Amino acid sequence: MDIKPVLNVKKMSEMTYKVPLMADLAAEGKTPEVLFWVGCAGSFDDRYKKVTIAMVKILNKVGIDFAVLGTEESCTGDPAKRAGREDLFQMQAIGNIELLNAYNIKKIVTACPHCFNILKNEYKELGGDYDVIHHSTFLQQLIDAGKVKMTEGGEFKGKKITYHDSCYLGRANDIYEAPRKVLEQLDADLVEMKRCRTKGLCCGAGGAQMFKDAEKGKKEINVERIEDALETGANVVAAACPFCMTMMTDGVKSKEREHDVKVFDLAEIVADAEGLS
Amino acid sequence: MKFLPQVAFLIALGVTAYLIYRRVSRISANIKLGRSLDRTDNPSARWKTMLRIAFGQQKMFDKPLVGILHFLVYAGFVLINIEVLEIIIDGITGTHRIFAGLLGGFYTILISFFEFLAVGVLLACVIFLIRRHLLKVPRFSNPEMKGWPALDATVILVVEITLMAAILLMNAADTVLQAKGAAHYPQTGAFLFSQMFTPMLEGLSMNALVVIERVGWWFHILGIFAFAVYVTYSKHLHIALAFPNTYFSNLQPKGYMDNMESVTNEVQLALGLKEDDGNMPEIDRFGAKDINDLTWKNLMDAYSCTECGRCTSNCPANITGKKLSPRKVMMDTRDRMEEIGEYIAKGGELDKALTEGHGLYSDERISKEELMACTTCNACTDACPINIDPLSIILQMRRYIALEEADTPQSWNSMFTNIENNMAPWQFSPTDRFNWAENLND
Ligand code: HEM
Ligand code: SF4
Ligand code: SF4
Repeated sequence: MDIKPVLNVKKMSEMTYKVPLMADLAAEGKTPEVLFWVGCAGSFDDRYKKVTIAMVKILNKVGIDFAVLGTEESCTGDPAKRAGREDLFQMQAIGNIELLNAYNIKKIVTACPHCFNILKNEYKELGGDYDVIHHSTFLQQLIDAGKVKMTEGGEFKGKKITYHDSCYLGRANDIYEAPRKVLEQLDADLVEMKRCRTKGLCCGAGGAQMFKDAEKGKKEINVERIEDALETGANVVAAACPFCMTMMTDGVKSKEREHDVKVFDLAEIVADAEGLS
Repeated sequence: MKFLPQVAFLIALGVTAYLIYRRVSRISANIKLGRSLDRTDNPSARWKTMLRIAFGQQKMFDKPLVGILHFLVYAGFVLINIEVLEIIIDGITGTHRIFAGLLGGFYTILISFFEFLAVGVLLACVIFLIRRHLLKVPRFSNPEMKGWPALDATVILVVEITLMAAILLMNAADTVLQAKGAAHYPQTGAFLFSQMFTPMLEGLSMNALVVIERVGWWFHILGIFAFAVYVTYSKHLHIALAFPNTYFSNLQPKGYMDNMESVTNEVQLALGLKEDDGNMPEIDRFGAKDINDLTWKNLMDAYSCTECGRCTSNCPANITGKKLSPRKVMMDTRDRMEEIGEYIAKGGELDKALTEGHGLYSDERISKEELMACTTCNACTDACPINIDPLSIILQMRRYIALEEADTPQSWNSMFTNIENNMAPWQFSPTDRFNWAENLND
């Protein structure tokens, strides 16, 4: 996976990006306005680490008071829960909740819809009540507030972009418009796939499918889905989820279209249009 | 002799009422085999959901043509039942068209309106038949639709067509009899559609006409009685259950998956967050192996399913040729419930019944292969016009596989171990978790 996430090479040399650690802030007796929950894919997956970096750059640029947990962060337990291992999920959840509550965290932003869903919907009953927002909503709010203008246009200006709905944002939590509003802000041509919004087709990775081979069938789900995307004639597939990112990228490869079709996350697109590199 | 028709009618009515009563008791006893679950909160949101989804048929209009056709059948059915009320009163008291005297000229308008609806129902059902048998809509031909389910669908449509035809024939004969001045036939004037058939009947003798009118009448009402009983054995049960089933819909975001309280207790004990005070609830089983482990709402869902296949035709696993079909999950659940209910009705114990036949979790019913293929994408729950939730059943059965049988796929087991040891589903060292920040200013 050797795709350059930030295509715009113009460097904002005057800016050094910082990633405050929650533990350091706590030692100084501070609580940040928002916690950036990086997630396992954002921490370890080479491709998605670039999304994490894009997010950090945006957070720096707009001057938001944020922090990350660093090595203290731990899997939310989503894949275990969806695979049936409720015990393992709850062990993870209780550990994370203790940590978040000890740091007195109120607001969390994350680039992973699976982390978003579970932190928002399932941690509450176990004692973790936070204001959780997904980065698509977060980015849309920054645009609405005029903090992100995307005037640089960047690599995406004039391109045909199609957005792939993540199940855990869309049907799971009714977030369909925020990612589209972010993309509409670009000077680009946003086209819809035939299956979109509530009828959007899954990438195939949810429900812990990411971590095993598919059952036997006629076709891989991500191949079926990338066909929808290619049918639109778009050169850019926008995703808002680490698993969708992997599945769509693999789909593009299976069709041997890496040369003219790229998959990017919303945060990368925004960072690029902001001229952040 | 004079009271013979009334007596016959009362017997037919009584038998119907008894059969329906027995069947409804069985269905409700079967649903009660499920675990408890509170779905009585927030009544105003529940009423709204029911009005929108069931009365308003909102999701049916995702496919506009089917939406309109079904709306004709639905509205027709509900309103024509007012006429059935008249038929029942006439049948019991020996009157004829009792509402005619009460309503005067308005009666003719009313019955004409019902005829209009009846024609709508009839045409819609003919189109439904064509769609099923000539157009080969793919969602009607999945493997689970072979045999009885396909026959059931056809029977329903044919019966509805016949019943509607009987109304029109009965009304036509009635108006001809009125014109000929037959006794007992109050003057109502011609009705909207049936008058088209009157010329065919005018040449017939008074006796023949009375026979036609009476046969139409009896056929219609006995048909309705028989159909009402049949419905309770069929996917057509949705005409009643769609309403409560949408009322008790899941109101949480679709992404929410319940936390198991029994597991919370165990985890808190294990972590020393809680002492065993001897009041810990007894746990029969983690997850669902058979129908009694599911909630009553899962079971009501199964009885409400119309077998329309919208869930399956939107399911990414099914679309790409996997064995999983959310519709089949619902049908298997209902069939298993019926099997167990039958056994219990014969005097068997539930525990024994569960060992009879094929369990819900078995290769013959819902197999591991099917359960493992689900991506939890919620396409099925979103597509269902009556808010049925196949995913809830799938996830509870996955819990059984993982927690009771420890029979999850090897690659999942590695993922579990990684989470336990490395705090991530992949095999990376937790100390490397923050390494991504090193390249930030490159
Ligand atoms: C109360 C009177 C109702 C009547 C008489 C009625 C009648 C019918 C009939 C005849 C069919 C078969 C259509 C076919 O074979 O293609 C059908 C299917 C169906 N009905 Fe109803 N229905 C009623 C209420 C409802 C309600 C309240 C709902 C909830 C939204 C509903 C949802 C459905 C669905 C989803 C199907 C399957 C449609 C398909 O195959 O595409 N029905 N109904
Ligand atoms: S949630 Fe599972 S069963 Fe339902 S449509 Fe998605 S993959 Fe199919
Ligand atoms: S579960 Fe809903 S969508 Fe699926 S077949 Fe039954 S009624 Fe149709």
